[in-house]
Amino acid sequence: MADKLDDFIDAAAAALNLPLEPGWKGAVKANLEVSLRHAATYADFPLPDEAEPAPIFKA
Amino acid sequence: MSDVTWSSAAEIAAAVQSGKVSALDVTEQMLAVIDRRNPVLNAFTAVSAERARKKAKAVDASPDKAKLPLAGVPFAVKNLFDIDGLPTLAGSKINRKREAAKRDAVLIERLEAAGAVLTGALNMGEYAYDFTGENVHDGPSRNPHDPERMTGGSSGGSGGAVGGGMVPLALGSDTNGSIRVPSSLCGIFGLKPTYGRLTRAGSFPFVASLDHLGPFARTVRDLALSYDAMQGFDTGDAACVDRPRESTTPFLEQGLDGLRVAVAGGYFRKGASPEALSALDTVAKAVGARTVEIPEANRARSAAYVITTTEGAALHLERLRTQANDFDPAVRDRLIAGAMIPSTLVVKAQNFRRWYRDAVLNLFKDCDAILAPATPVTAPKIGQVNFTLDGVEMPVRANMGLYTQPISFIGLPVVAVPVPLKPLPIGVQIIAAPWREDVALRIAHALETMGVVAAPRPNL
Repeated sequence: MADKLDDFIDAAAAALNLPLEPGWKGAVKANLEVSLRHAATYADFPLPDEAEPAPIFKA
Repeated sequence: MSDVTWSSAAEIAAAVQSGKVSALDVTEQMLAVIDRRNPVLNAFTAVSAERARKKAKAVDASPDKAKLPLAGVPFAVKNLFDIDGLPTLAGSKINRKREAAKRDAVLIERLEAAGAVLTGALNMGEYAYDFTGENVHDGPSRNPHDPERMTGGSSGGSGGAVGGGMVPLALGSDTNGSIRVPSSLCGIFGLKPTYGRLTRAGSFPFVASLDHLGPFARTVRDLALSYDAMQGFDTGDAACVDRPRESTTPFLEQGLDGLRVAVAGGYFRKGASPEALSALDTVAKAVGARTVEIPEANRARSAAYVITTTEGAALHLERLRTQANDFDPAVRDRLIAGAMIPSTLVVKAQNFRRWYRDAVLNLFKDCDAILAPATPVTAPKIGQVNFTLDGVEMPVRANMGLYTQPISFIGLPVVAVPVPLKPLPIGVQIIAAPWREDVALRIAHALETMGVVAAPRPNL
């Protein structure tokens, strides 16, 4: 999995035309892992297909 | 008015309105204090002395002086607000090359129309992606209660300037907690209004879905006075809601009668230090709060985290491509990672946001306000990377907003109130239903009157 994430980072940086110096990659990967863990906490939360976001968000 | 450094905005305005003191006198005294204290606290990144003197003279000469609610009140703004003639830094090195702003931010215009006097721009974490108040380009904002400690961020200079007696009033921004965190660590009051209430026009953005602007002060009345002066629809901010102004100052003295206050349990107690819990319990007891559970707060925080990193990355994408070496490396690496998050996960975060908003609004059927800690701990040392929460070591930078993120995620109005614990203060959030800033301010004022919350004066 870790290797796949490394591959993903390399591919995403190339696709997005983002510079990625070798010295930054460890921190970028660590941050991406944290964000993906956060995403996993809500991504599997069951919502009906009709649950759409509010395009004009109102509090 | 011999010492303006700890006078409230209301006291200064009353003295200037009645002619007991001139706005120019107040301004000169305040500029002298900034000169003395800023080398220690590093709150100001620019002092607009000449502009302030000119404005103060205009207030003194105004035939309407007695009617100006903020007559002669000095204030300063986080350096992401446009100030006519200055480049809007937003805490960055990159923006130093920007063209100078040609107009003030709308909220500055509104405060000055009420008689307030802008004295300068304040330090902040780079591009507001920060909870510490540290800045690699300008040096850290320093806590007035212990300059070796953090102010909290990202509105670090706003916290330091108000808590350190350099201005009675400051403006900042809050995307995930950047008003409430420094308020807590610096021991002052802060208001994050309802999302869409105060116009963001003329401020440098971070996360359009979550950005709010608001005031810091040392009294609740000063928050209310400035907030009332800043309300009003503005087409310059696409999220600004077209609502009539709803003044809050007339209701401050109404006390707690008829208000049902709850205190958040579960997620909002987990990981809190003994100081944070002591402050929360003291406030909860004073208002007779019963416990409620805010559902799925952990997921809400996570969704706010992902929306923040992805919208922030989108905002800065071109700068990341062309000027990556000019960013604070910690900010750059988070933004590059944010650019790589699959869009499906962002849409799901926004879907969840709608569900969570409905679930939390449901709680307000049975209560008028909910209390929660503002920060898990009192001010950490500058440079401290990790802290231990509930026996688990975690990074300071990402976790200082543990309790603020799930609230701003759905735009609820919050007043952060300081509990003057020794040796360091810590804040509590008073969270109200949308558009009910008046309720949160009323409760904060009642607590202030009871002596439960207060901005402690530092020994400077």
